[in-house]
Amino acid sequence: MSAGRPGSGRGDPAPSRLRPRDTLRVAASGLSARPLRAVLSALGIAVGVAAMVAVVGISASSREQVNQQLRELGTNLLTVAPGQSFTGEEVRLPPESVDMVDRIPAVTDVSAIGAVAGAAVYRNDEIDPGQTNALAVNAARIDLLDTVGGTVASGRWLDEALAEYPTVVLGATAAELLGISRTDGTVGVWLGGEWFTVVGVLDPVALAPELDSAALVGWPAATEILGFDGSPSTIYERSDEAAIEEVQALLPATVNPEHPEEVAVSRPSDALAAQAAADETLTTLLLALGGVALLVGGIGVANTMVIAVLERRTEIGLRRALGATRAHVRRQFLGESVLLAGLGGTGGAVLGGIVTAVFAATRDWPFALPLWVLAGAAAATVLVGALAGAYPAARAARMPPTAALSSV
Amino acid sequence: MSATTLAAEPAARPAPERRPVVELSGVHRRYPGTPPVRALDGVDLRIDSGELVGIVGPSGSGKSTLLNILGTLDRADEGLVRIDGLDVGKLGDGQLSALRARRIGFVFQQFFLTAGVTAVDNVADGLLYTGMPLGERRRRALDTLERVGLADRVHHRPNELSGGQRQRVAVARALVGAPSLLLADEPTGALDSASGAAVLKLLHELHDGGTTVVVITHDHDVAAELPRQVHIRDGRIASDEKAGGR
Repeated sequence: MSAGRPGSGRGDPAPSRLRPRDTLRVAASGLSARPLRAVLSALGIAVGVAAMVAVVGISASSREQVNQQLRELGTNLLTVAPGQSFTGEEVRLPPESVDMVDRIPAVTDVSAIGAVAGAAVYRNDEIDPGQTNALAVNAARIDLLDTVGGTVASGRWLDEALAEYPTVVLGATAAELLGISRTDGTVGVWLGGEWFTVVGVLDPVALAPELDSAALVGWPAATEILGFDGSPSTIYERSDEAAIEEVQALLPATVNPEHPEEVAVSRPSDALAAQAAADETLTTLLLALGGVALLVGGIGVANTMVIAVLERRTEIGLRRALGATRAHVRRQFLGESVLLAGLGGTGGAVLGGIVTAVFAATRDWPFALPLWVLAGAAAATVLVGALAGAYPAARAARMPPTAALSSV
Repeated sequence: MSATTLAAEPAARPAPERRPVVELSGVHRRYPGTPPVRALDGVDLRIDSGELVGIVGPSGSGKSTLLNILGTLDRADEGLVRIDGLDVGKLGDGQLSALRARRIGFVFQQFFLTAGVTAVDNVADGLLYTGMPLGERRRRALDTLERVGLADRVHHRPNELSGGQRQRVAVARALVGAPSLLLADEPTGALDSASGAAVLKLLHELHDGGTTVVVITHDHDVAAELPRQVHIRDGRIASDEKAGGR
């Protein structure tokens, strides 16, 4: 770098040079000279990026919510139910199968319900027996609630004493369908030809949704009052997280040594996870729509840049006269375009983040915004800015300095 | 502004050694058309370092084309063009840009200052493409603004300056890189006569300080004040007069 003194300028001059910081400064000055236009054309990009960020953010928050739920509920719950025999007959689990499952060393909790054959539950004894509302009557072991991770919405859960008497705890849906909200022991339901006192109503049970539409009575009461045969219809089992697969393999033969193939073992948390994954198709579609918005925004930026180059012929000429090379001019306009898109991208990312946060807050979801989304948004805007600016910048660089200066 | 600030130590300045800054020989420039426009039609011209030359001619005479060729913004179709000893015809676009960045300063009739940017930053832009850091550019810009008598206007924006002041900022921008050749295209054209006279006085002072200055003008009164006048007409040099004195 030299600023030769007059008369000392012999020999080839050192090449023109524009420092990277100055390139940035020059590019930014072009935008700050017309702030409204810059903001408006950046807005197009911002909308696209905001849409994409919000879509991914909301979907991630939803997944995070499911994951959080799974963490709270645990993924170590397995259910065992009778399957079908080879000939299609209904099979039953032996009454002692619950105790047998308990003997598997890795098993920490086990409980069960048993379908009470022929019993149905009604609001009172005047109801037409056909109006069962598809509600099931199940005998429940008193350790059921802890094993499935359920909670009581009102009233209480069955204990040793209550389990002996005609008392019932209703699942959330069952209580709603029967129109029961009082659990103070003053309301009864007509169950299996007897009055049973409602002592509690459950919250919805995420890992055992079949309990929501069930009326649960104590195991001894079911046996004595309703003639329940003691055969469990579903066994719920929790084990050490690490031993799940081992337990899963052992369960059929433990429960029914003679016909292990007639035992169906499933993991309810898989269903929840699958439900979360099902959202992804929609997410992809919405993401593509956001991409279209980004593309439209990019066209807006290109349009702005083409106009800027036409309007600023004089400036281009002046810069060439000051010693700018074609590459300097090209970089200036390319930089301006990338900055413009970057401005929109940043605004859009912030906007998308806010939308995600508000959406998550209104649904009581945790806020989740993966870092790769922000990195992707940044990369996408730089790319869009570069593509949108490429042609206008090349055009500016090609402009002969004399034409640029004589146009005024 | 005063002459003393510009030529502060005239006695200390060594006797200028004469060397050609501009050498044109048989330069032709035609523009396409029917018939083609012969903007320059065999121009021979030599301008030595330290000269103050007026290139005078009516509009359409080819003087703007000549300015563009001298400033390496345009190329001759034919003939030899040497600026500061360099054969312009053999230089690529990048080298011509380098030449403009470091050896040639431009002053335009319409000033072409950047709106909304202070005088000092406008002047510092004269060094933008030399790769000098901003701090150093500003420091030199301040010195140069002082030289053109605008030390008290450095933080003013163009719209806060008079026409004459704006043109002096533009002169400072052309001057800040200490160019071998200062080209002024109708520098007084957009100014009232008093401001115009002040700008011309400034150019004279720069000349006294050793800068080579070429003023392109159609105004004979402006030209009459310059020590050497090259009259151009129909793309040819009609006369080349040196006034006595300087």
